[in-house]
Amino acid sequence: MKAYDLIVVGGGPAGLAAAVEAKKEGVDKVLVLERDRELGGILQQCIHNGFGLHIFKEELTGPEYAERFIDELKEMGIEYRLDTMVLDISDERIIHVISKAEGFVTLVAKAVILAMGCRERTRGALAIPGYRPAGVFTAGTAQRYLNMEGYMVGKKVLILGSGDIGLIMARRMTLEGAKVLGCVELMPFSGGLTRNIVQCLDDYDIPLMLSHTVTDIQGKDRVQGVTVMKVDENRQPIPGTEIQFDVDTLLLSVGLIPENELSKGAGVQLDMKTRGAIVNESMETSVPGIFACGNVLHVHDLVDWVTDESRRAGKFAAKYIANPGGQKEEAIETIPGQGVGYIVPQRIRPSQVDQVLELFMRVRDIYVGQTVVIRVDGKEVQAKRRGHMAPGEMERVKLPVSLFNGPGVKKITVDVESR
Amino acid sequence: MYDVAIIGAGVIGTGIARELMRYQLKVVILEKENDVADGTTKANSAIVHAGYDAPFGSNKGRFNVEGNAMYGQVCKELDVHFKQIGSLVLAFDEEDRPTLQELLENGKRLGVPGLEIIEPDRIREIEPNVSQKVVAALWAPTAGIVGPWELAISYAENAMDNGAELRLNTEVTGITKKENKFHLMTSTGEVEARLVVNAAGIHADDIYNMVAQSEFTINPRRGEYFLLDNEVSDLVNTVVFQCPTKMGKGVLVSPTVDGNIIVGPNAEDVQTKDEINTTADGLDFIRQKAKLTIEELPFHMNITNFSGLRAEPSTGDFIIEESKQVAGFINVAGIKSPGLSSAPAIAVYVAETICAGILGSHAKRNPAFNPKTRKKLRFKDLSDEKKADLIRVEPSFARIICRCETITEGEIVDAIHRNAGARTINGVKRRCRPGAGRCQGGFCGPRVVEILARELKISPMEVELEGKDSHILVGETKGGADE
Ligand SMILES: Cc1cc2nc3c(=O)[nH]c(=O)nc-3n(C[C@H](O)[C@H](O)[C@H](O)COP(=O)(O)OP(=O)(O)OC[C@H]3O[C@@H](n4cnc5c(N)ncnc54)[C@H](O)[C@@H]3O)c2cc1C
Ligand SMILES: Cc1cc2nc3c(=O)[nH]c(=O)nc-3n(C[C@H](O)[C@H](O)[C@H](O)COP(=O)(O)OP(=O)(O)OC[C@H]3O[C@@H](n4cnc5c(N)ncnc54)[C@H](O)[C@@H]3O)c2cc1C
Repeated sequence: MKAYDLIVVGGGPAGLAAAVEAKKEGVDKVLVLERDRELGGILQQCIHNGFGLHIFKEELTGPEYAERFIDELKEMGIEYRLDTMVLDISDERIIHVISKAEGFVTLVAKAVILAMGCRERTRGALAIPGYRPAGVFTAGTAQRYLNMEGYMVGKKVLILGSGDIGLIMARRMTLEGAKVLGCVELMPFSGGLTRNIVQCLDDYDIPLMLSHTVTDIQGKDRVQGVTVMKVDENRQPIPGTEIQFDVDTLLLSVGLIPENELSKGAGVQLDMKTRGAIVNESMETSVPGIFACGNVLHVHDLVDWVTDESRRAGKFAAKYIANPGGQKEEAIETIPGQGVGYIVPQRIRPSQVDQVLELFMRVRDIYVGQTVVIRVDGKEVQAKRRGHMAPGEMERVKLPVSLFNGPGVKKITVDVESR
Repeated sequence: MYDVAIIGAGVIGTGIARELMRYQLKVVILEKENDVADGTTKANSAIVHAGYDAPFGSNKGRFNVEGNAMYGQVCKELDVHFKQIGSLVLAFDEEDRPTLQELLENGKRLGVPGLEIIEPDRIREIEPNVSQKVVAALWAPTAGIVGPWELAISYAENAMDNGAELRLNTEVTGITKKENKFHLMTSTGEVEARLVVNAAGIHADDIYNMVAQSEFTINPRRGEYFLLDNEVSDLVNTVVFQCPTKMGKGVLVSPTVDGNIIVGPNAEDVQTKDEINTTADGLDFIRQKAKLTIEELPFHMNITNFSGLRAEPSTGDFIIEESKQVAGFINVAGIKSPGLSSAPAIAVYVAETICAGILGSHAKRNPAFNPKTRKKLRFKDLSDEKKADLIRVEPSFARIICRCETITEGEIVDAIHRNAGARTINGVKRRCRPGAGRCQGGFCGPRVVEILARELKISPMEVELEGKDSHILVGETKGGADE
């Protein structure tokens, strides 16, 4: 059994940033495990630009953004394995991996960082009726075919869901010569970033149909048509509103789900709302020495925030490795209140917070000119007005530690209120 | 010339082919689709029924009970997943009790072992999650679950291992009989045979009409399903039916051999034999009905929906006989539920009693017949040591292609190169499960395309999802695939 100080599972942007940060913090033996043929994760197939505005103050493509971290990793001499799949992780941080190069191997680490990313929701998650022909793809799979393998997946396309990957693919397929007939969204608002709606749909005259959904798929072998209907306020299709689209392809961009099968195997407690681990301010899960960051923890819309969060995980994993006993203290719970979908981290130990606590959250609806109110054990400590908030855009809230580190504090609640 | 030509490579046709290979006969299976098990056999409840509900004296009653008793051995020989987990028929009020009693008595008459009516405390021991409304249940310990297409694929493989021929993409379009010989017109040329076995599923009446005025018709009756993620696999432990009432047969909730939960089917007569689509109404009906069994079924854990067409015969019973009009033409038609359960018994009966009976001394026993298929290597079921050993010998087992189900490249390559091997994405999925998990091929799809193209020496653009025109890729991007 080979031993490491830190093993990072997943070589996407989260894993890379965490590994680099831990190494900078003095961790000696770091290993990154990646099942794909290259490092960089999903960024390798995101060849459009717009990455890195916050971290690097410039517009990079996905592969370029990834490259910066890959270069750093290599310069620092951090070990990594490609084409290597982690099969399971125990709560004692014993890890089984396999690869063509080395076969079946058992590893052990003082700390583990989970950075496995997420997968796309599929047709089944929505139970879309109809035939089951070729030509129904998740947007990410189509993206892989186009950008990495060099193949077109269709000529006349409809997109269901207005998540960012779907929006980006609307533009990408148009540029490749396909006709994108529309983007259909169940909710009365888009799930993607505003800038993507403008740059990917509006700029190419692709209609966005809000409060609509796909109710039938025709074609036994290959998609021959898709039926779309308007939905009422309960999201039920309204009879008589059928619109028929003559397309050969349906792309689904209907959400992402953190891939936590390995986490569950290790006994890590999950949050029903994020579908990722419950973590504390140090990004440590319920299993001591196992940390989580990036899309496996909760779905992010910008890689910059992934990098921030992952650096934090790397830093605190280093701290844990140096002092595994750690700080044992009662944690404060963060509670998503009115209008808030979820908050990460879910547990806070004030002694571990360096001056300012940062909370990531998503709101449940579109809010304009509403106030984000933070209460500590019911007592209001902060209220900030925000111009525009949407479920598709992650919100960050900063809270000075002085506002909540009194004795016996139990919970921090965040609400969206109109004032 | 062939001794026997079998039309249809469903579980019935392939099962008969395999049993015929116990004789020194020349046998061919003709299938219009590009894979075996592509009709009803791939879309059903996958239950090996105990056999208590068909009328005494019917073919259904007889072959179900006989077939059930054969399942253990057949699945062992063919290395097919089969679990004898038992079934319950739930009664939700006291008025249903007489129905349970009738089923019990009918079952006893048919020779179904171990039937019992049990009360709520015992029911809840077996199935803690079922509705509080349950007042009694019929317990049938011999019921089981099976991999339905697995069985048909393995039957076909074993038949081929023993010398049978399989012709895919071969649609029978006309049949004539001259002297003692059948001439079958197909989309890939003419085939001659002494005997014809009509195992064409929902098309069995159309096939029979090619040689005679059919005495029966087959009507398609659709059944739709939900398949839930194996994360909720412990929802039920047995096959859970609802008591048939005036309001209909109800729906079932059952584990599958792969650890999913299957919920369905409804029953709806459809107009054409290709309406294998699912519908909003059908799926809603199942959602509503299933609540009776388990109040809070987690439909949000659905990973896929599908539907199958029952071959509803106008006679009401399985038709398994030599045609009275055309000697040597054997109909195995109207094989609706419990056709899967009955398949092993039907196969033996058609091969031994009917075909060998007609061929007489021409059908000599085949001493070289090997009833076993080569074992399938299922990587994830191996112990850590065995995994390590296997990889040392065959490194392709170290490359995980399907991450949801932990399926290796080695298993996929084997699935392609076995007899009756996979030719399509869904063909690979049915043989070793990449794409059958919760991501439904989102991750492994492109890799399976690549492996199929490489192993079959075709372009990725020729790879099909399932049907003949179900191409996944429609061309290269402007930069092209080699960029
Ligand atoms: C909703 C539903 C639920 C069911 N549940 C169960 C259950 O739980 N337990 C059980 O025991 N049974 C069940 N059944 C029944 C069982 O699935 C069938 O009895 C069984 O699969 C029938 O197999 P088959 O080989 O006769 O038909 P198929 O599998 O349909 O095979 C017929 C084949 O013939 C081919 N064919 C047709 N025409 C031609 C032609 N002209 N030329 C060449 N080939 C042709 C077709 O392509 C097809 O592959 C269910 C059926 C349905 C629909
Ligand atoms: C017990 C059980 C477990 C299952 N487990 C899984 C699972 O874990 N994961 C999963 O994804 N799915 C699962 N399924 C669903 C399974 O994939 C279904 O059997 C499904 O119908 C096959 O799906 P498919 O996508 O392969 O084919 P479908 O798309 O459902 O089948 C449609 C195809 O059938 C062909 N076809 C059928 N009959 C005819 C005909 N007469 N003429 C011409 N064409 C015909 C068409 O060419 C068409 O392409 C399960 C099903 C069962 C019964």
